[in-house]
Amino acid sequence: MVTAALAEAATHPAAGAALDIEQVSHAFDIDGAELPVLSDVSISVEPGEFVALLGPSGCGKSTLLRLVAGLDKPKAGRLREDDSRITRPHASRVVVFQDPTLFPWRSVWDNVALGLEAQGILNSQRHRVDAALDLVGLASFRNAYPHQLSGGMAQRVALARALVNDPKILILDEPLGKLDSLTRITMQAELVSLWQRKGFTTLLVTHDAEEALVLANRVIVFSDRPARVKADIRVDRPYPRHRGDPYLANLRRQILGLLGLDATW
Amino acid sequence: MSTYSLSDGLASGAPRLSRTPLLANWVRESGIGVLASIAWIAFGLSCLWWEDVGDWSRTHSLGIAAFVIAAIALFGTVGADYLGSAGQALRKRAPWLVALGAFLTVWEVATAKFAWLPLPFFPPPQSIIEVYTDDLPKLLDSVFASVKLQLGGYLIGATVGFLTGVSIGWSRAVGYWVHPVLRFIGPLPATAWLPIAFFTFPSSWSASTFLIALATGFPVTVLTWSGVASVSNAYYDVARTLGAKPSFLVLKVAIPAALPHVFVGLFMGLGSSFAVLVVAEMIGVKAGLGWYLQWAQGWAAYANMYAALIVMSLLCSGAITLLFAIRDRLLVWQKGTVKW
Ligand SMILES: Nc1ncnc2c1ncn2[C@@H]1O[C@H](COP(=O)(O)OP(=O)(O)OP(=O)(O)O)[C@@H](O)[C@H]1O
Ligand SMILES: [Mg+2]
Repeated sequence: MVTAALAEAATHPAAGAALDIEQVSHAFDIDGAELPVLSDVSISVEPGEFVALLGPSGCGKSTLLRLVAGLDKPKAGRLREDDSRITRPHASRVVVFQDPTLFPWRSVWDNVALGLEAQGILNSQRHRVDAALDLVGLASFRNAYPHQLSGGMAQRVALARALVNDPKILILDEPLGKLDSLTRITMQAELVSLWQRKGFTTLLVTHDAEEALVLANRVIVFSDRPARVKADIRVDRPYPRHRGDPYLANLRRQILGLLGLDATW
Repeated sequence: MSTYSLSDGLASGAPRLSRTPLLANWVRESGIGVLASIAWIAFGLSCLWWEDVGDWSRTHSLGIAAFVIAAIALFGTVGADYLGSAGQALRKRAPWLVALGAFLTVWEVATAKFAWLPLPFFPPPQSIIEVYTDDLPKLLDSVFASVKLQLGGYLIGATVGFLTGVSIGWSRAVGYWVHPVLRFIGPLPATAWLPIAFFTFPSSWSASTFLIALATGFPVTVLTWSGVASVSNAYYDVARTLGAKPSFLVLKVAIPAALPHVFVGLFMGLGSSFAVLVVAEMIGVKAGLGWYLQWAQGWAAYANMYAALIVMSLLCSGAITLLFAIRDRLLVWQKGTVKW
């Protein structure tokens, strides 16, 4: 119901955008030495697709997301949203960072309103902020300050702050990582229904193979650093998906194998 | 079952503990109020009992006032339960009332009555009261002049310092030009400019305003700058991905994030500008509390000096309190801020 309110609130429902990552390589300089992080990564994402990115810790997933967001420029290769090259951040690509990074001097409501305020449309769109807060179940905390929230609540505020902007590409860096398993399952269901309703393209980094399989059309598995695409798995199952689905269980075993865990799992 | 019986036992045991003797309770709550009252009666008596060794006109009134305060202390604390928050506030301050009454008694006896302390240098309380009643117009003029000078200089210095700090923190080009100047001139005590300022500026008034602004501006600039420079990049990243323009990044990210530092600068600036104010008034401006102090010393009017010092400390403390109130207002989002 709240999801419906949020969907209605969008005056121009944004369909998803296509995303092309073409032969992207990236490296960091640490004390003069070069640390290669991404090596020739090419991923082509259809408009409205839900792609999950899985890989070992520190392999370069967050780095790739920063490139997609336009916060950093790749050392080599190109990134495109629809047909325009990504050179700088844009409100059509919204990121939920691994760390919630709420602004401590703003109340929860003002944090969620950030994007609309930055784009100068807050005054006519205040109801969208309320709807987003309802969606993550934090309407009663609208006047609280970030230091008064738990880790999971802060993460939900960060999610609401992204969703309120009606992005064409939603970039999620382990957004559900700190949630308890119950809230997590609820938020996963909300995410899927929101995505189906709005049709935005989604890029989700997660550590959890099961979460990737329940949510995504495609699961991309990265190698160790420097990250290369190790496997690109299509998940052809209708939503809502069942955690116990043997098809998914089979894929899960396959993915864990790719990540270096043996078949006993 | 066992947990139930345990909690039952606790519940029935609890009321017996709270039965304390009524008298002890009364002494604990009102005893200090009675003591305060006694201290102030002692002060009143010390005023009226002996003859003054000098010629002061307010001794009698002061004694009466002390009795009035003693009465207020007594009824205010004993009857605190009927007086609401005012009564509670008075009860909380009762120990201070005791100390103050005792101190005034000793002071009165040691100066006005037996002159144990050498007289012109240690005036009795009544001679200070006399200053407030008889020299009030001049004192008020001085207060007005000081406040005007301080406020003007401080506001100019704080504004310029804040804007400079934000610009240095934000723009590399501005930093390139301003930083060396700041390093060269900033650490110089503003009072060192005094001789130059007084003959280059058209009036001693504008010269003093400039010096106060300078003393305020330097710490405000440096702390605003360091505040802006230390804002985490993650905040900018979040704002930029949400479509923020550079003006939004400065006004809605950098400045609010830097505000706690800015306030540290404002406090430091306030402290150093007080020093400049007093010196400037003593040397150049022929008005204000600094000048009043100087004048009183010239006439060996020591009571006037103490009276002016007390007013000055109330004003400075008031200014700090005001700044704290503004800070608490603007930084409610911070947890665990210092109470002034
Ligand atoms: N700004 C930076 N400067 C230097 N090195 C960096 C920087 N950001 C990331 N790295 C390095 O790049 C590598 C990949 O980091 P990244 O954050 O992309 O990993 P990740 O795949 O998101 O890991 P995790 O799953 O643990 O979040 C790490 O080895 C890290 O040390
Ligand atoms: Mg990461």
